[in-house]
Amino acid sequence: MSTSVVLEKVEKRYGTVDVIHGIDLNIEPGEFVVFVGPSGCGKSTLLRMIAGLEEISGGALLLDRERMNEVASAKRGIAMVFQSYALYPHMSVYKNLAFGLETAGYKKAEIEPRVRRAAQILQIEKLLERKPKQLSGGQRQRVAIGRAIVREPRIFLFDEPLSNLDAELRVQMRVEISRLHRKLGNTMIYVTHDQVEAMTMADKIVVLNAGRIEQVGAPLELYNNPVNRFVAGFIGSPKMNFLDARIEEISANHTDLCVGGNKMRLPWQLKGGTKEDKVAFGIRPEHLVADREAGIALATVNVDLVENLGGATMLYTTTPDGQQLTVALDGQQNVEHGANIKVYFDPARCHVFSADGVAIQAHEEHAAANGGGSVSDRYHAAS
Amino acid sequence: MNTATHASAADIAVERHQSVRARGRLARLWASNAPGYLFLLPWLLGFFGLTLGPALVSLYLSFTDFDLIRAPQWTGAANYVRIATADPKFAAAMQVTLTYVVLSVPFKLTFALLVAIALNRGVKGLTFYRAIFYLPSLLGGSVAIAVLWRQLFAGDGLVNAALSQFGIEGPSWISHPNYSIYTLVALSVWQFGSPMIIFLAGLRQIPTDMYEAASLDGASKFRQFYKITLPLLTPVIFFNAVVQTIDAFKAFTPAFIISGGTGGPINSTLFYTLYLYQEAFGNFRMGYASALAWILVVIIAIFTAFSFLTSRYWVHYDD
Repeated sequence: MSTSVVLEKVEKRYGTVDVIHGIDLNIEPGEFVVFVGPSGCGKSTLLRMIAGLEEISGGALLLDRERMNEVASAKRGIAMVFQSYALYPHMSVYKNLAFGLETAGYKKAEIEPRVRRAAQILQIEKLLERKPKQLSGGQRQRVAIGRAIVREPRIFLFDEPLSNLDAELRVQMRVEISRLHRKLGNTMIYVTHDQVEAMTMADKIVVLNAGRIEQVGAPLELYNNPVNRFVAGFIGSPKMNFLDARIEEISANHTDLCVGGNKMRLPWQLKGGTKEDKVAFGIRPEHLVADREAGIALATVNVDLVENLGGATMLYTTTPDGQQLTVALDGQQNVEHGANIKVYFDPARCHVFSADGVAIQAHEEHAAANGGGSVSDRYHAAS
Repeated sequence: MNTATHASAADIAVERHQSVRARGRLARLWASNAPGYLFLLPWLLGFFGLTLGPALVSLYLSFTDFDLIRAPQWTGAANYVRIATADPKFAAAMQVTLTYVVLSVPFKLTFALLVAIALNRGVKGLTFYRAIFYLPSLLGGSVAIAVLWRQLFAGDGLVNAALSQFGIEGPSWISHPNYSIYTLVALSVWQFGSPMIIFLAGLRQIPTDMYEAASLDGASKFRQFYKITLPLLTPVIFFNAVVQTIDAFKAFTPAFIISGGTGGPINSTLFYTLYLYQEAFGNFRMGYASALAWILVVIIAIFTAFSFLTSRYWVHYDD
């Protein structure tokens, strides 16, 4: 049932404008892959090219090793859930679900059990006679997913399907889509600009930027070992801090950096860069400690704003040389606005990026122990 | 006795107090709403003085015999009885008008919808074409265009000149009783711009992802049209059908110009409004013409009511 998807040097051009620049990607059968990236990065375009709604300007799309470039979208065995749901407002939920099967020439006796089964999976059996306008946002979303299920496609495509829902419903539907994936086992490709959705749902995340893949990997791999500053900044919430820094010295077993005017020694050798190079020092807010002495002292910072989220305390601070630094502390901390606090970090959890944004710390060795993300999750649950 | 007098005095006092309070409320209401009414005044004058007033007068006149010179003579329902029982021209005019309505409205709407669909397919210079296609609607009702139409479809007109290129000898379309009504239908269809603009607006409201979802389901363009476009366009189709039908019932200028005001040949272009005009301003039977006008009002009202009643079965509203 599950289908592999392979993109080989896939390109998309609108006239003279290139929007997708030769993308190579392997999606294993049954994988849940999330395309994530900022607006205009080409993630929806790529999805629509797989669906057959956009022509492929160059390269090849293979489904189960079969070239699909010239195959009509209806013949690719793909079902898609749209951001707007694209439900037919004049048809009942039943008719919406049955439309694809009717179009494919199925008989009524064959259509009914399939529609009932999809409705049962999504718990919308009682809504079958209603029109879309009589449904809530979440119910419409279920119908849209049901319309994809009834066709029993090889691949499910989701184009930002949760962005029209409120925060609570989004979390609920996120869980349901993940559950559906486990139940059906189909290959699913999901587009979102919300990195929390990507982190929580994906087997594999594809981070896109300006029509190129920045990094492909499992969610925690991307979190722990971002290959460049873009991925480091995009994955993880709250966002990774980047501080201007300079290489003072590199030796076989340590690196000396000057971060925000403060000299420090990292107990490992950088993979690139030379003395006096300007670099960016990256550290996630949840990997900073202020309530106890732990690891290396980063700086004494001034607290501009405190957000108490219950499970975590967010401090928005400024370093002595005027750089912004966000600190996420576990639990409820009693920190006053305007206070000066000293923050520490574990050198195994910091990142260093060259001037052109490439990660140059020896992250494979240092990030392995990173559990990470606990504060991030609480931050999101609270917001 | 004394007590009763006291009671009634108290009642009067209370009533007076209430009436003063009511007057106060009215005065306040008037003070706050007066500017609104002032701004409404031109419209109110127009509506009562030029629409409702004359309409009610014509309703009265329809029960009289009135030739514009002598005072109207009350004749009861005589005009209506005559129209219903002893007026072959009324029957002829009704038949011509119904033929015109039944032919011109569906043809015009179909043509307008087809042009709108063609324009909706991402044509470059859409605004230019939209303006060009709308032009006939601006000009179509005018006397000049009716005159032009007369020239086009005359025996020695442009249409026959074109047909003669193919060895076809066409009749004089406007002076042949079998064809004249169709030239007027063609003129009406040519003025497709107004419903076309409304169809185009309606088409552009249909989200493209509905078509994309349908194409992923394997729906052909034709199936997409009659399963998605047509149902989602029904509110616009309904609006256009009602407006165009009312317009068709009221059509006057083309028939007047093309037939030279006679409704000929052999009453074949005797539109209802043309007959009404002849009775009113040709024969000066204002009472009779008023009765004809009110019958037309009733016919249009019945048609419109019928349209609204049936709309719940075929018009799909999204909200």
